[in-house]
Amino acid sequence: MSTVVDTFRFVRNQQVEALPPPNLARGPIAWIRENLFSGPFNTILTLVVLYLLYVIIPPIVDFVFVNAVWTGTDRDACRAETAGHPVGACWAFVIDKINYFVYGSYPVTERWRVNIFFALLALGVVWLLWLRAPRRDLGAIYFFWLFPILSYILLTGGDADFSNGFWLGFIVLSALIVAGFGAAARFLNAPVKPAVLIGAGIVAVIGITLALLEADWGLQPVPTALWGGILVTLLVATVGIVFSLPFGILLALGRRSKLPIVRMASVIFIEFVRGVPLITVLIMANTMLPLFLPGDMTVDRLARPLIGVAFFASAYMAEVVRGGLQAMPKGQYEGAMSLGLNYPQMMILIILPQALRIVIPGIVNTFIGLFKDTSLVAIVGIFDLIKTIEASRIDPNWAAPTISYTGYAFAALFYFVFCWGMSRYSLGVERRLATGHKH
Amino acid sequence: MKKALVSIAFGLTASLLATGASAQATLNSVKQKGFLTCGSNTGLAGFGVPDAQGNWTGLDVEFCRAMAAAIFDDPTKVRFIPLAAKDRFTALQSGEVDVLARNSTATMSRETQLGLDFPAINYYDGQGFMVRKKLGVSSAKELNGASICTQQGTTTELNLADYFRANNMKYEVVAFATSDETFKAYDSGRCDAFTTDASGLYAERLRASAPDDHIVLPEIISKEPLGPAVRHGDNQWGDIVKFTHMAMLNAEELGVTKANVEQMKTSDNPEIKRLLGTEGKFGEAVGLTNDWAVRIIKHIGNYGESFERNVGEGSRLKIKRGQNALWTKGGLQYGIPIR
Repeated sequence: MSTVVDTFRFVRNQQVEALPPPNLARGPIAWIRENLFSGPFNTILTLVVLYLLYVIIPPIVDFVFVNAVWTGTDRDACRAETAGHPVGACWAFVIDKINYFVYGSYPVTERWRVNIFFALLALGVVWLLWLRAPRRDLGAIYFFWLFPILSYILLTGGDADFSNGFWLGFIVLSALIVAGFGAAARFLNAPVKPAVLIGAGIVAVIGITLALLEADWGLQPVPTALWGGILVTLLVATVGIVFSLPFGILLALGRRSKLPIVRMASVIFIEFVRGVPLITVLIMANTMLPLFLPGDMTVDRLARPLIGVAFFASAYMAEVVRGGLQAMPKGQYEGAMSLGLNYPQMMILIILPQALRIVIPGIVNTFIGLFKDTSLVAIVGIFDLIKTIEASRIDPNWAAPTISYTGYAFAALFYFVFCWGMSRYSLGVERRLATGHKH
Repeated sequence: MKKALVSIAFGLTASLLATGASAQATLNSVKQKGFLTCGSNTGLAGFGVPDAQGNWTGLDVEFCRAMAAAIFDDPTKVRFIPLAAKDRFTALQSGEVDVLARNSTATMSRETQLGLDFPAINYYDGQGFMVRKKLGVSSAKELNGASICTQQGTTTELNLADYFRANNMKYEVVAFATSDETFKAYDSGRCDAFTTDASGLYAERLRASAPDDHIVLPEIISKEPLGPAVRHGDNQWGDIVKFTHMAMLNAEELGVTKANVEQMKTSDNPEIKRLLGTEGKFGEAVGLTNDWAVRIIKHIGNYGESFERNVGEGSRLKIKRGQNALWTKGGLQYGIPIR
């Protein structure tokens, strides 16, 4: 019977279970062998790094957590002889002073206004940064127009109190702007009516803004000398960011423009601002400006560094954006023109979306740099976070050996959280937007 | 038109305009504004420090509050503009602040070249030394051969050199870039003595790992008369600054305090009567009301009270009165008579 023979034939109808690789080629041991000890050089490096970590990490952990003091009302809590053990970071100091670090000297009863400002800022940031948020065009209007006005009214109390001469000047200037748009349109053989409407629209937006600023909202005025802490740090950074991106794009376009005056003006502005250190701009603004202005006029002390930082960031942003514009292949421009698009359409619809995507890392890099540069305003006596910490750490009530380190550690944590957040966000956006470039 | 354009430009960019005071008639402009602007320190223990709520406290701060009390009968009607050392004098010159009470040393060049007046000295400071108790030194004269921690490139370094040369002593200077580093080095035993302004010595000692192990030596080797400053050219305003301080000194000398000022109004002592305005019209002569001194003492207290509360025994600094004691007690604070 042939079937008997068949019974000896063995056909495996199931996949045999694969054996695991040998122990030395898998698991953490193999990973360590491959990555950390793959040769004598790497072995030495690994050992050196391990030793350095051993030297650095335990004292930091000791300082920040193990020996840290979390509760207490004055210096006695944070002194080794009264606390009875070696004292590391004195977080009780930060907890005690946290309101000062956040609001500065902003009047206690008015601090809800600052909280609303923080909430509005968060709303604007999320609206613009969350790529799937609804109506991001409205978000842009909110962030770049409504939000600054609301912040101004909330933080200062509004009621800007412009003089009659100011409004007279504004009306004259408005008429000039509208007339200028009309004249330019006629000169360029474009239809006059839409040009005049655009001019009137610009004037109307500015007028509404000014009227909102002057309206009396019944809020108690809070002079900027009282602002401080995280409020000022975020304010300076936000003003820099809000101002620098649009202004930087305009400057970059201006620098590549074929109109000689526009190009020269952009080049001079960018090169001049980039040619001086920020600290010089700040000291110039805070120390010299009051001497140049007529006696009855001063610019607010906080506004001076705000303007300085905004200009400074714009110049850097312009160069970043220009990098993106340069990287656009010529065909993109030619393609856009062959479709019959005019210059604004070409830039807004074709060039800028691609160019800005290329330079996202550069833009975020500039923002991170700007965010940290805001601490320079401390030098001209503006109470940003760093300055409030510096002023608090000398408080005799909290005089203890580790108070300064604790204050700076808190500042480091604050800056790290924000800068790291920005950098992670930019990575995420790059990954999402880069899909078209993967071939 | 140009002016309008300029103001529009600022309105558009900053939207934050404020008006400065003109050089003349500061008192009128202060009264018109309804508050005093005071250039203050950005942070100096005992002289100008923010508390946990951000309210400024300190000896210089209380001086400005005393002025606001004299003018408005309300010590809160003062805005403090913290000024860095670099821009403090320009802020005063440009009219941004009405008075500068920011531990500034009165010197001739500041009065003549910068066009400032220092009408009063509210704190006599000077460079001193701190040593460890176990060193067994009780006078700076015994510091021969010592190593001394000091901050680089400051006048303290020069004063130190002068003092040791004048006394024919040897020393070794160990200099650091910042005051923090300097004190840290001294605290960790890097040098025998630490030198800076005496008021600073007390503040630094508090931060030492064992404050009780250190003493401040009695010698003061330099003159640092600290006082409020005003612009040249408005003598009435200068007088107000001067007599705000003098009123506080006279009050201390006459025993008028925050607590007893109301009862003192009925005193028969002619000096007290003139001080408190129950006799004569001294307040009106300087553009204030006759009870100006009462307002100061009622809200702030006399000089001694302010001193003890901010830098003396009532504070953590525990600075001795020393040169800042009244002249009757061997100090330099001499209130010129109000008559």
